Amino acid sequence: MTALSEHLHRAAGSALARGQPGQSLRMLITLVERDIRDTLRDWRIVVPIVILTSFFPALMSFVAHLALNWVVKYGDPIIGERLIPFLLMVVGFFPISFSLVIALETFVGEKERNSLEPLLATPLTDTQLYLGKTLAAMIPPLLAAYLGITVYLIGLYLFKGWTPPAVLLALIIVLTTTEGVVMVSGAVVVSSQTTSVRAANLLASFIIIPAALLIQVEAMIMFYANYSVLWWIALFLLVVDVILVRMGIHIFNREELLGREIDQLNVLSLWRTFRGHFRWEPWSFGRQLPGGLRWMGTLGGLYTREIPAILRRSRMALVLVVVGLLISAYIGYVFATRYQMPPDSLRLDQVSSNTFSELPTVGWLPALTVRGVLSNNVRALLLATLLAVFSFGTLAEVLLMAPMAIIFFFVAQAAQLGYNPALFFAAFVLPHGLLELPAAIIATALAVRLGATFMSPPRGMTVGEGWLRALADLVKVFAAIVVPLLALAAVIEVHVTPAIVIWALL
Amino acid sequence: MIELIGLTKRFDGFTAVDGVTLSVAPGEILALLGHNGAGKTTTVRMLAAILRPSSGQAFVAGTNVAERPREVRQRIGLLTENPGLYLRMKGKEYLGFFGRLMGLDADETEVRARELLTQFGMLEAWERRMGTYSKGMRQKMALVRAMLHDPSVLLLDEPTSAMDPRSARLVRDAVLRLRDHRRAIVLCTHNLAEAEVLADRIAIIRRGRIVALGTPAELKKRLLGPPMMELRLAHPLNGAAKLVSELARIEGQGEDWLRYSTPSPQEINPRLLQTLASRAIDVITISEVERSLEDVYLRVVEGQDSQGVNGGTTNHDSSI
Repeated sequence: MTALSEHLHRAAGSALARGQPGQSLRMLITLVERDIRDTLRDWRIVVPIVILTSFFPALMSFVAHLALNWVVKYGDPIIGERLIPFLLMVVGFFPISFSLVIALETFVGEKERNSLEPLLATPLTDTQLYLGKTLAAMIPPLLAAYLGITVYLIGLYLFKGWTPPAVLLALIIVLTTTEGVVMVSGAVVVSSQTTSVRAANLLASFIIIPAALLIQVEAMIMFYANYSVLWWIALFLLVVDVILVRMGIHIFNREELLGREIDQLNVLSLWRTFRGHFRWEPWSFGRQLPGGLRWMGTLGGLYTREIPAILRRSRMALVLVVVGLLISAYIGYVFATRYQMPPDSLRLDQVSSNTFSELPTVGWLPALTVRGVLSNNVRALLLATLLAVFSFGTLAEVLLMAPMAIIFFFVAQAAQLGYNPALFFAAFVLPHGLLELPAAIIATALAVRLGATFMSPPRGMTVGEGWLRALADLVKVFAAIVVPLLALAAVIEVHVTPAIVIWALL
Repeated sequence: MIELIGLTKRFDGFTAVDGVTLSVAPGEILALLGHNGAGKTTTVRMLAAILRPSSGQAFVAGTNVAERPREVRQRIGLLTENPGLYLRMKGKEYLGFFGRLMGLDADETEVRARELLTQFGMLEAWERRMGTYSKGMRQKMALVRAMLHDPSVLLLDEPTSAMDPRSARLVRDAVLRLRDHRRAIVLCTHNLAEAEVLADRIAIIRRGRIVALGTPAELKKRLLGPPMMELRLAHPLNGAAKLVSELARIEGQGEDWLRYSTPSPQEINPRLLQTLASRAIDVITISEVERSLEDVYLRVVEGQDSQGVNGGTTNHDSSI
């Protein structure tokens, strides 16, 4: 063995102890550095970025200057003043949207060029690989955006002597950064989950269209100069940034990247996977029963083993939903103290059996029949499930929090109007709520899990398989617990709650 | 050095590799021979700790690929079918990049890279952008990348499949130069001549299963029967065929030639020559009929196909 060879083996050995943060960081930087250099060597990427970051912002500052002069002639300088920050936002957004192509082909482009496999065969971990590629895709667009903003501001300073207030500049930089990170990290997720650059470009519409719509909303708010709302939007974008990066890291898997060759939708395979997760083990005593009674063993297995197992799997989501409910109760209380209702608007002493029978005349309330209440509740929870799928679970949580906030708003209002809030709650909510609330919490938790699976699939499962298992769990829980509880709650709400209200409050 | 025990890989109900069991010793070159889609690349990707086995185990230099994939990736060098170079980079930048990822510092990388480039006769490529390389140079550069950290296991996945004969020859020569008593090499190929030239042992893989395993000579003997000899005479055969049939089995004959098979040519051939000489029959040549690996491969494939046609299941042990 030569001296060099021995040395290389030692180096390999020491590289194995690469749990060290310094070494991991070195590998990460190596990857980022290479990718950025490679990007900057491609004139087809560099030339448009240079134009968008120099010529376009310079043009924008000239336009702003002309517009300002023009509107001032008609005695309405405020439009011009609002135009300047709006264009500031636009010059930051344009280079990012254009540079999205870099992020979109991060993984899938390398796969198409066959350069990915050698990289996957290095000791880089999945996280290092994903973060390195994401940072490399993120840094050039963000730098381009900052450069565009700088050129625009220099132009404005030269034309008009205008300098931005520090808070506005900070807001624009934060908004540009958070929006850029959302778009790029979304594009990297797309790139790591598709099999061709063409498919990735098609899916990019799901990033560009919402981002463009958001820019329009931000522009409108900018014209109203309501900067506090924009800070909230920046905070929202920051949360989405964290979700997307976390999701990307979680679902990135070098095996999936190479193992999948075509984006084929295999319905039969999906059905088999779903069915596999939908099945449960019947209670063993069922096997000893005569044929006609074996369903008892199946039901026994469902309620004693399968449902508890599902609830255990969903415990994080359950905790999240309960915490959300507590927060919504607090929000209801805060709003009630801030916006107090006039005394005449809540006259509990005038509640009668007619009050309940007249409820359907209030357009948005369901008919007070068992069927009406049950179908309304089931519909609402199914809608929450559907929304959860498209919002990583968040909208399902919001949909449950909203009525809870309203309930606690009224409870707090009742207290402020001199009624006993505990009695109000116990009479109006508790009788059917004892069943309806657990059903809603469980259903929402399963819906949250269904949406969140995209961000964090269960260990050892692909996103698709994890999602199908979450769906199978949701269907089982819906049929076995949620609908029966809601049906009972509806009976109580229609036949028992009104009687209790009248008995308690009159 | 490499050990596979019942290694299996399934993708969405499709079994790409099905219970493969074999081992490769240090200093040995094993060729995984099979047509496209037979499971060669999937096997290599599992050995490179890129794909995780669905079941079974694989050990590379004593390390379990599923349990310690990073360690395995540190110990292997992988050459893929397509070189997959970053064409805008120069050779030295590219090797520097992979050297850093493999834990080498810049000086080590340069010394090692120059040594390998010299060995492969392409030191001048060091400063050139890789987009200007020929196909053969690109694959050799990929081979240098795979060898940069002097791996104890080298996995070559179809290294010459997309190449013209000259480039393929260059790469084959390069592979032969990498033979080392400390290194195990696995070569995936559907090129039978290449496997015969490079490999010590051959594993024929079909539908994810190893259907034949051994040295080329062993496989020929096992699958094509005993060696076949060809006897050419100066005159028509006349009674010569009868004399031969007393010693060996005649497989075919013409006017002045015949072919016979015998499990022990070293014993039969001298006796036959003595007999013919004693009868004054003039012999021009007696030589062994060349049998190629292609014959072996076709025999195995046909055997497997007929089992499939007859409704029999393929048993990977049956023809080994």
